[in-house]
Amino acid sequence: MRGNNVLGIIFSNVHDDKIRELTEKRTMGSVPFGGRYRLIDFPLSNMVNSGINKVGVITKKNYQSLMDHLGSGKAWDLSRKREGLVMLPPFGNESTVPNSRIESLYSIKNFLHNSHEEYVLLTDCDVVCNIDYADVVYKHTKNQADITVVYRFGKLPKKICDPTVYTLDPDGRVQDMLINPNTDSECNYGLSMMLINRHILMKIVDDCVSRNLYSFKRDFLQRNVLNLRIYGYEFQGLTQTICSMNSYFNANMSLMLPTVRKELFNPIRPIYTKVRDDMPARYGLGSSAANSLIADGCVIEGTVKNSVLFRGVHVGKGTKIENCVIMQDSVIGSDCHMKYVVMDKDVIIKNERSLLGFKSYPVFISKGSVV
Amino acid sequence: MLPKQKVVAMILAGGQGSRLGVLTKNLAKPAVSYGGKYRIIDFPLSNCVNSGIETVGVLTQYQPLVLNEYIGSGQPWDLDSMNGGVRVLPPYQRSRKSDWYKGTANAIYQNIPYIERYNPEYVVVLSGDHIYKMDYSQMIAYHKEKEADCTIAVIEVPMDEASRFGIMNTNEDGSIYEFDEKPKVPKSNKASMGIYVFTWSKLRKYLEADEANPKSSNDFGKDVLPAMLNGGERMFAYEFEGYWKDVGTIDSLWESNMDLLNPKVPLDLSEENWKIYCRNPVMPPHYIANSAKVQNSLVAEGCNVYGEIDFAVLFSGVYIAPGAVVKDSIIMPGTRIEENAVVQYAIVSEDCVIGKGAVVGARPEEIENKDEWGVTVVGDGCKIAADSVIPPKAMVDADKLAQEAKNNARK
Repeated sequence: MRGNNVLGIIFSNVHDDKIRELTEKRTMGSVPFGGRYRLIDFPLSNMVNSGINKVGVITKKNYQSLMDHLGSGKAWDLSRKREGLVMLPPFGNESTVPNSRIESLYSIKNFLHNSHEEYVLLTDCDVVCNIDYADVVYKHTKNQADITVVYRFGKLPKKICDPTVYTLDPDGRVQDMLINPNTDSECNYGLSMMLINRHILMKIVDDCVSRNLYSFKRDFLQRNVLNLRIYGYEFQGLTQTICSMNSYFNANMSLMLPTVRKELFNPIRPIYTKVRDDMPARYGLGSSAANSLIADGCVIEGTVKNSVLFRGVHVGKGTKIENCVIMQDSVIGSDCHMKYVVMDKDVIIKNERSLLGFKSYPVFISKGSVV
Repeated sequence: MLPKQKVVAMILAGGQGSRLGVLTKNLAKPAVSYGGKYRIIDFPLSNCVNSGIETVGVLTQYQPLVLNEYIGSGQPWDLDSMNGGVRVLPPYQRSRKSDWYKGTANAIYQNIPYIERYNPEYVVVLSGDHIYKMDYSQMIAYHKEKEADCTIAVIEVPMDEASRFGIMNTNEDGSIYEFDEKPKVPKSNKASMGIYVFTWSKLRKYLEADEANPKSSNDFGKDVLPAMLNGGERMFAYEFEGYWKDVGTIDSLWESNMDLLNPKVPLDLSEENWKIYCRNPVMPPHYIANSAKVQNSLVAEGCNVYGEIDFAVLFSGVYIAPGAVVKDSIIMPGTRIEENAVVQYAIVSEDCVIGKGAVVGARPEEIENKDEWGVTVVGDGCKIAADSVIPPKAMVDADKLAQEAKNNARK
């Protein structure tokens, strides 16, 4: 059943600077992932699977690829008469582009005001997981919370920027919140998802803007830790935080584990994405594949090992691909050798080329390059 | 009245396809799975859209549930348009003289009101059991150029096979002077592909006359087309070159799937400008494990391959266990092939389980008496017990299998 009084808001551009190579020509939300997805597919599908049927996507810049990907929202069943997907590009006079979350939220003041949902779920695109937000909403109402932040207990992922760490009392209420603490031990770190009452969200945003306070974490959250009823929701499932080229590469590689795929691509809560109508992958004579994730539309005539191949990738005869992430429609000629390469879309590798990276430093080939 | 549509296409999708046995037990022939992710009806539907035909009626009668659900709003083919789009047209009750569709011509006759709503100039009649890519707009242009009343698409078949087809004998200008239904001594090798373009005003006249004739079997090939020829209407053959296959039998369905694995066969479903659209499953990319051996195969999304496959077509969500071998076979969505099972020259339908060590089908070279060899078919939802042997040419039905298991338990 649809409709649970929650409005979804996705920040598509936050964290863009973490993997500059991949976000040079796109938003964080439209970074390709896992053979056929874009990062935004995860928060968007999680919302839809949790019964949310109104989702606003906040964009800042470079959002053509995102709009192309989302279209009318049909693939997520969000192209509908009542509610559905709403794109929220920057709105302002002259050249003012909102630089912070608070400015972005302020710029969609009317959208928030005109919505009738009681709660707002805010999320970024940097965490890959399959989470049931309906449970977050249930706990939120049960706790009579103003804000519920989703966290995970564990060691902080490396290179994560400005992580938030929460201290909770036994009831799960947030007692203290640290930003970017220097800690190696296990802690409750935020997954940049939170549920908040819509009226409180609008009030705090107004409040911050009127005082010229623009840091979401410091001014919006930290300042209100004791004024508001902020609760934590521990997510115990699997998460992959994408915060560097390395973590991006490793997150893709983790999909080779059956347990990871089983949880992330749970058939009861499927991850939706744009449909491409490719034919199934074709394997030619003499091809070989091992421990790889391969999408529709691929044509494999060479050898593929420990790699993720996106839709429409061609691998020529005699070519050997090991430990690579090859994005959609890239064409690799014959007798090439690729090892530890992250290859963006539409790359052409001519015959007999050899590109070797290293596990801790995969080689990156940018979109549309010809090697 | 609705906005005029110059061309309306009607797809005959009501046939049972009894020659496909268990594969069409619960669904109509056009809904049979093909090529790793498609259903047969995706081909005429996609051809229509790619040819610019936006108004399509799908005539259903036999087991329409799967087909209805599959076509839905027509969105996967871009046929959910404001004017026109795709409509599923089952037979319906009228104030007088209601009946099932008695034949192909009667099915169109009963839907004259549907066609009239669009006031078309031409009606394209298609069948839902062929695999091919064709630009109908070129055929319509030919129809116009010849000022024809009926144009029939033909394909050249090998002369020694011509006696299996409906053969069109033509004059030099392409006009048809004679139909030869399965002739013993064929005069030409131009076989009808079951694709017709009619000038609507003419077709309507002949459909009404056919309906009024109590002796008629209400079939296009047997009644309406001969009547048009006898009536001196302008009938032309439109020659088509390319891949075309009737997949009405187990053997031809199997062959046509295998044709996708043969680079020499001119059937490329990945052409950017002539895509075959379908309802896509929501599944992650397929996974090929370290223990797997994959060659000459077509693998759809959501598959997990741990065993060996060669000349296999795997539909979405198929699981091939370690040590299992699948060769020269078609495995439909959601089926599991357990450890060390061997599947050869077989079509295994949806949601089956082939138990550990079971053997399904056989290679022709293993069988002495070639008459006993054939493609093995396992119907929807069959659970094949571990270590059992399903012989070549067998056709396994889930209900019968369950009944046998019950009987065995009683003994």
